[in-house]
Amino acid sequence: MSVFSTILRQIVNGLQSGSIYALVALGYSMVYGIITLLNFAHGDIIMVGAYIAWLSMAKFSMHPAFAILAAILGCTLLGMLIEKAAYKPLRGSPRISLLITAIGVSFLLENLSQMVFGAKAQVIPTFFEIPSIYLGSIELSGTALITLLAAAVSMVLLTFLVQKTKMGKAMRAVAEDTDAAQLMGININHTISFTFAIGSALAGIGAILYCSAYPQATPTMGSMLGLKAFVAAVLGGIGSIPGAMIGGFAIGLAESLVSAIGLSVWRDGVVFAILIIVLLVKPTGILGRPMREKV
Amino acid sequence: MKKLLSIALVAMMALSALAGCAAPVATDTSASDASAADAAQPAASGETIKVGILGPHTGDYAVYGLAVKNGAQLYIDQVNAAGGINGKQIETIVYDNKGDSTEAITAFTRMVDEGITALIGDVLSGNTIAVVGEANPINMPMITASATAVGATYNADTDTVYTNVFRSCFIDPFQGEKMAQYAAEKLGAKTAAVLTMTGDDYSVGLADAFKAKCAEVGINVVADEGYSKGDVDFKAQLTNILATAPDVIFCPNYYQDDGMIVTQARELGLTSTFLGGDGWAGVSAYASAADLEGSYFCSAYAPGSTDAVKKFEADYTAAYGADTLNMFAATAYDAAQILVAALTKAEASGAATGSDEYKQAVIDAIKTEGPSVVGITSETGYTFDEHNNPIKSAVIMTLTDGVETFKEMY
Repeated sequence: MSVFSTILRQIVNGLQSGSIYALVALGYSMVYGIITLLNFAHGDIIMVGAYIAWLSMAKFSMHPAFAILAAILGCTLLGMLIEKAAYKPLRGSPRISLLITAIGVSFLLENLSQMVFGAKAQVIPTFFEIPSIYLGSIELSGTALITLLAAAVSMVLLTFLVQKTKMGKAMRAVAEDTDAAQLMGININHTISFTFAIGSALAGIGAILYCSAYPQATPTMGSMLGLKAFVAAVLGGIGSIPGAMIGGFAIGLAESLVSAIGLSVWRDGVVFAILIIVLLVKPTGILGRPMREKV
Repeated sequence: MKKLLSIALVAMMALSALAGCAAPVATDTSASDASAADAAQPAASGETIKVGILGPHTGDYAVYGLAVKNGAQLYIDQVNAAGGINGKQIETIVYDNKGDSTEAITAFTRMVDEGITALIGDVLSGNTIAVVGEANPINMPMITASATAVGATYNADTDTVYTNVFRSCFIDPFQGEKMAQYAAEKLGAKTAAVLTMTGDDYSVGLADAFKAKCAEVGINVVADEGYSKGDVDFKAQLTNILATAPDVIFCPNYYQDDGMIVTQARELGLTSTFLGGDGWAGVSAYASAADLEGSYFCSAYAPGSTDAVKKFEADYTAAYGADTLNMFAATAYDAAQILVAALTKAEASGAATGSDEYKQAVIDAIKTEGPSVVGITSETGYTFDEHNNPIKSAVIMTLTDGVETFKEMY
């Protein structure tokens, strides 16, 4: 086993977890960009997605492809429902109320699933058997490569959606200036709903990729994942879509690096140290624009 | 509005104070009910040997407490049915400590007042250490079937052994030592890696003992990795381990993590044999049969392994159902066996039941009679070391076709 192949493997490990962080961070970033809300319930949407996948396959013995669709669809609807029920009534309120509501929704989802499914970890059946790929003598996990590929495709589609379609234009306009966008005839409610739907669908995809890598569903699985994705979003520059991707991969690689040099116990610590450093040194993140305080 | 709020607050405080008062009263009734219901019928002569059984019978840890209670009661009932000891029936005095150390001490004091001559319990390590504090000064013979913490029988700070306290389960580090020996002798391992949950006493305790023993038996520990509670990605650590290509990987964690670790290891192409402690029991649901094949873990109890175990399981299920039939039911059954053997010896000494000489006779007899007790978790008997821990074989379990199967006693 050469040093080179160990390094290559560690990079693949980092990219795999990084691509999941990136997908989740995108959801954070998009929602923040449009209504400046840190949606702390975002990680828990992934948890719900994992349980939907588990229910469809283990309980209703559905085909994995349908289970994947059900999870993504379930997450999308849940995201829109949360927006309509919890955030929309507070749109005019101070931002802190929204933030507290988001934390409340997060706890609600966690405790609800603990009540319904129990605290025990549920084992999610394998979606598809993916054979490993050999690069010379180096074995690379098929799941890791599929995760990377799926994340990359999702990001390309998202970029296309935001940059090239009419709805994307509306989203960017609302993010820029909500009131002005409304005056230009953009339906704010639809646009915000749509943003939540897209963000939550990405969370659904994240849930599927997460479950194929770590096939267990627990009620609290979303909280740490959500926090790390939040750090990724801040690192990349919250509100910025390419920033979220860069941040996600950077966090994944940083974690992998820390473990590779034998400090695996410090993994979480390093992630949050990155958050502190970013907030101190460059609060806007790598690609974030400086925020102007609107009066 | 403010007034209303303050009235409401005062009312709530008053209520909670009342609830606080109500709790001990409820304990009294439940405890005395339990003792009345669970007490075996005294012999016609009226003279009985009283044995206390203490543990959490309600609450989060009830599954352990009930297993101990039922396992011990099962054997004592069998002895009573066969005529008791020296013509006297054994009367059990059962109290529920609800997993709380204060309750445990209260219950123990009450048992002493009711005249117990020995105690089977406590169940949780923390509760047991609390009870030992009360039982040691009065030299009350105690056998715990489940407290695995070293501190239950030995105070490391003052280097004193609690001479009145014994256990029928093995202590945490013991499993690590056994697995290191097993790896060296039976699996011919030369190199080992360790992956532990740092910050978890159980995991770290087993790993430390494993590493220490490895040095003794000539296994080279080539990788020592850790993770924190709640982690799901072990690939980075496993990649490091992969680079050292060890013969065995010791993973003394709980089954959910172990399942995930084995799956990810195989995904990375790691082919080493996995070893674990009793936290592995139940792992088969958390990883595929192919990935787990050929892994070993040690346990205190091998379900269905021998005729004696099968008979115990059948008797237990008939009396109490299979819900609480676990490792601790078996070690409690053994604890009762050791105690009955010791009580028989003490009765023969002629000391008055319950007197100080009698208690000392029981304690001495636990040591002398223990080795001849054929326990269901230790066929070779119960010999106690200088810290009153049993020297017994571990059960080695292996995974074949996704089933946790009994391999051998080691």
